[in-house]
Amino acid sequence: MSSSFKKIKAILYKDMISELRTREVTFSVLVFSLLVIVIFNFAFGVDRPTMEAVAPGVLWVAFAFAGVLALNRTFIPEKENGCLDGILSCPVSREDIFLGKMLSSLVFMLVVEAITLPVFAVLFNLPVLSLQIIVVTVLSTIGFVAVGTLFSALAVNTRAREMVLPILFLPVAVPVIISAVKASEIALAGGGWGDISSWVLIIVAFDAVFVTVPYLVFNYVVEE
Amino acid sequence: MDKPMKTISPRWSYFLLGLSAVSIIVSLFMVFVVVPTEATMGIIQRIFYYHVPVAWVAFLAFFVVFVASIMYLWKRSRMWDIIAHAAAEIGVIFTTLVLITGSIWAKPIWGVWWTWDARLTASLVLWLIYISYLIVRSFIAEEERAARFAAVVGIIGFVDVPIVALAIVLWGTQHPNPVIFEGGLAPTMLATLLTSLLAITSVFFLLLLQRISLRQDELRINELKRYLD
Repeated sequence: MSSSFKKIKAILYKDMISELRTREVTFSVLVFSLLVIVIFNFAFGVDRPTMEAVAPGVLWVAFAFAGVLALNRTFIPEKENGCLDGILSCPVSREDIFLGKMLSSLVFMLVVEAITLPVFAVLFNLPVLSLQIIVVTVLSTIGFVAVGTLFSALAVNTRAREMVLPILFLPVAVPVIISAVKASEIALAGGGWGDISSWVLIIVAFDAVFVTVPYLVFNYVVEE
Repeated sequence: MDKPMKTISPRWSYFLLGLSAVSIIVSLFMVFVVVPTEATMGIIQRIFYYHVPVAWVAFLAFFVVFVASIMYLWKRSRMWDIIAHAAAEIGVIFTTLVLITGSIWAKPIWGVWWTWDARLTASLVLWLIYISYLIVRSFIAEEERAARFAAVVGIIGFVDVPIVALAIVLWGTQHPNPVIFEGGLAPTMLATLLTSLLAITSVFFLLLLQRISLRQDELRINELKRYLD
C-alpha cells in the first residue's frame, strides 16, 4: 500500500513539475473559465436578481467547459511525446496510474477554481466564498475529475480525440453538475447545511461510484 | 482466422416474428377497439399503451448493453460485443421513440412539447449517453479497441443512470406517477398494457437477433475479403 502511495505521488509530482515549467494547462484553462464568465455576463445582463439566479449555473458551465479543456490535456501530451507507453511500461499498476493522473487533474482544477471563485465574487459582488459553496465545489470536482480522467485516457486513443471527451464526459457528468448548481444556488440564497444535504449526498454518491468504477476499468482503457 | 462464431438458429427468429406479428395485431385491436377512452385525457391517453412498453424495452436494451459489456471485458468473446452493440443501437431507437411519443402526449395534456421534468430529462441524458456510446465506436478504427472502449462506456453509462434519476427526481417531477403497480389501472387497461408490453418486447428480441446475425455476416464478409486480398 505504501509503495503504491509512493508511485501515485511520483506521478502527481511529475505532472506538477511539467506543469510548473510550462504553465500551459493552468493558464489556458483559467483564461478560458474567465472568458466564459465574461460572455455570460454579456448574455444575461448585470442586474442583481438575474445575476443571483444564474450565477451558480454560470459558475458550473465555466468549470465544466474548463474541466474538459484541462482533462484533454492530461493524456494528449503524454501520447504526443510517446510518454504514455513509458508510463505503462513502468512497474506501476494501472490503478495507481489512474489515481496519480486523477489527483494531478484534481489539483489543476482546484487551482483554477480557487482563482475563479474569488474573481467571480468580486466581479458579480456575490458571496460565493462561503464554506458551503467551497465544500460543494471541491466534492463535485472529485467525481467530475474521476470520470474525466478515465474518458480522457479513452479519448486520446480515438480519432478526433478533443471532440470525443466532451461528448462522452458531459452526459455522464450531468448528475454532479445538476447537484453542484442546485446546492450552490441554495447556499447562495442563504440556505444552511441541512438545506443542501440531499444534494451533497448525491455528489458524494457520485464521487464514490465514479472513483471506484473507473479505478476498476481503467486497465481496459490503456491496455495495448 | 478466428474460429467461426456460433450463429443463432433461424428458428428463434421465425418464432419471434410470429409472436411479434400476432401480439402486435392483438395489441392494436385492444388499444383501438377494446379499451375504453380514458375519462380526463381522452383519446390521446391511448399513446400510453405504447409509450410505457417502449420505455421499458429501452431500459431493458441498455441493461443488455451493460451485462454484455461486462461479459465482453471478462471473456473477450466477440459475440458479447456484438450483442452489446446491437442492443445499444436498438436502445437508442427505442429511447427516441419514448421521447417522441412522450412529446406527442405532452403537447395536448401539458400544453408544451417538452418540459425539463425529471423523467424527461433523465431519458434525454440516457439517450445522449448511448448516442455517445455509438459515436465512440465509430471513432475507433480497430475493432478490438472499439469493442473494449465501448464496453467501458456501456458500463459507466449504465451505472450513471440511477444517479441521474436520483439527482433529477430531487428537482420535483411532473410526469404521471407509476400507477401500474398500485392497482390504479382498470383491468382492461392493464390487460391492454400487458399485451403491448409483450408485443414490444418480442419486437425488441426479434430486432436484436436480426441485428446480431447481420453483424455476424458483416464480420464474416470482412474476414473473407481479408482472406482474398
